[in-house]
Amino acid sequence: MAIIEQLTQDFLRTKKLPHIWCPGCGNGIVTAALVRAIERAEYDQRDVVIVSGIGCSSRAAGYLNFNTLHTTHGRALAFATGLKMARPELKLFVIMGDGDCSAIGGNHFIHAARRNIDLTAIVVNNHIYGMTGGQHSPLTPEGKKATTAPGGTVEREFDLINLARGAGASFGAKGTAAQPRQLEQLITRGSQHKGFSLIEALSPCPIAYGRRNKLGGPVDMLRDMKEKSISVERASKLGEEELAGKTITGVIFDLEAPEYSEEYYRSISKEK
Amino acid sequence: MPETKPVLMQGNVACAEGAINAGVRFYAGYPITPSTEVAERMAARLPDLGGVFIQMEDEIASMAAVIGASIGGMRTLTATSGPGFSLKQENLGYAIMAEIPCVVVNVQRMGPSTGAPTAPAQGDVMQARWGTHGDHPIIAFSPASVYEAYYLTVAAVNLSQKIRQPIVMLLDEVIGHMREKVLIPETGRLMVEKSSDKVPADWKPYDDKGVTPLVPFGFGHYYHVTGLFHDQYGFPTTDPPQVARSLDRIHEKLDKYRDEIVLTNYIGHKEPRVAIVTYGCTVRSARAVVKKAYWQNRKEVGLLSLQTIWPFPEQEIKALAKQADVILVPEMNMGQIVGEIERHVRGEAEVVPVNRYDGEMITPDEISEAVGRWLS
Repeated sequence: MAIIEQLTQDFLRTKKLPHIWCPGCGNGIVTAALVRAIERAEYDQRDVVIVSGIGCSSRAAGYLNFNTLHTTHGRALAFATGLKMARPELKLFVIMGDGDCSAIGGNHFIHAARRNIDLTAIVVNNHIYGMTGGQHSPLTPEGKKATTAPGGTVEREFDLINLARGAGASFGAKGTAAQPRQLEQLITRGSQHKGFSLIEALSPCPIAYGRRNKLGGPVDMLRDMKEKSISVERASKLGEEELAGKTITGVIFDLEAPEYSEEYYRSISKEK
Repeated sequence: MPETKPVLMQGNVACAEGAINAGVRFYAGYPITPSTEVAERMAARLPDLGGVFIQMEDEIASMAAVIGASIGGMRTLTATSGPGFSLKQENLGYAIMAEIPCVVVNVQRMGPSTGAPTAPAQGDVMQARWGTHGDHPIIAFSPASVYEAYYLTVAAVNLSQKIRQPIVMLLDEVIGHMREKVLIPETGRLMVEKSSDKVPADWKPYDDKGVTPLVPFGFGHYYHVTGLFHDQYGFPTTDPPQVARSLDRIHEKLDKYRDEIVLTNYIGHKEPRVAIVTYGCTVRSARAVVKKAYWQNRKEVGLLSLQTIWPFPEQEIKALAKQADVILVPEMNMGQIVGEIERHVRGEAEVVPVNRYDGEMITPDEISEAVGRWLS
């Protein structure tokens, strides 16, 4: 308890609370996991920067007591790229929503991954545009309903982790708001990894997504999330059929690859 | 100016070199005609200076990266042309709102749309003013020579830093691609004081009392940067008085520093009957007309050239309208700044547009003919 209080004191802007999120939202759980992950990794508070885009989850930046940069819709990674290149010693965490990152920010996402720039991208995936009231995103599962897909979307969804891997990212992990301890560990590991680290965090949006798709209340959604999730280790022993409908959680890939800011500064020191 | 040496330089390169001399060490951009030489010069120069050159995935990302680097404490530049300038608008508005310094070069080509990439035009004047949404202040400089391209970029970088306001360098293709003599000082001589993390204990990023220096991220001042309306510490607010105050704040600093921002130049007769008001490459044709009409034939003609287009030099225009019967406004567009002039002249003088929009410069003869009509 004492540690929790200390974290709240140090890393949260308590005067800015209560937050704007709806009851039952998973954003608070993901944000708490991030705070604990920063504590666990023992980063200097001065070196940590939180960058975020636009959407519900991106509002987390305003509640976190670090240098915080709340950018424009979809562009968080592009802002972060400039900041990281100007100040490579800083530790960047970039919070984005699923629509923010994979739709309007899709180009920046693949290119940040391609450069393998050293930052931790946390994509809070609630399968919906929450702030605007429930429109489908590229991560809305096929068939699920949204205000802009009243009969269920016919679009196929992105596989974000594989998209990042294909684009050149060197670390990809998936967790859920239903398993906050694991999520915290994944964020810590991602942040300690040199290169572009993606943490996809599944998170319930009972108001704009759950209700329309009859997924029950927040507790039902979390329970469902937990039941469907299966660890990478266990999944490796199962066949494709047994994995249907499951969410594989844990570190999906962890590779070594040249990191952009380091490579850049090395190249210019050689030229000198 | 001591320790200067004459160099033959292209306008786009002058922007790059001016920026470097004013301390810019970060460039993010995307290739686009006719501004690419700015990027190419930065790519060649910055690594040796320990700076960062990055070619981003698109124009939007370039603008974003520049803002990110500025928050990290670097002096920054990006360059583009019409289509790219359109794409940069949202993040330009962000930088205005969040008061992040940066300089954006727009080497105008003929539009709308893809238009004529290598043809000169001055069609982005109003876009520079109102391209991004909402009631925002903007500063735009328009050089009429390579020399001005160099020194106005220096001024833009320093001023941008001082008042924490993005500045647009509105070149046209003629100035961007023309080569001329420039006298340049030694590297680093034109830089004002560097941004610092040493600030008073009561430092606020958006102090009600006025502009405070930007303290880069990473020095233990845990403030928030957002494009939302915000309070003195940068935190979002929807409180009506604070929202209005926030908007007043970003406009007031332009009024306060007006004398440093608004730059114009007058040549010709002291009491002109016919005055020409123009900017960018069109100044060159107008200057030729004034040289002939006034310096050779002592006719009552004058030229007010606008190095600063935005904020609009309304005092200078009003003063001119008191003397002149006619104000001729040559522009390589269908008439943009002319409306602004009419708005401030309020019928005190006849305001006459002289337009050309076929991808060619307005010639001295065309202006001369218009001057002649009004002098006779």
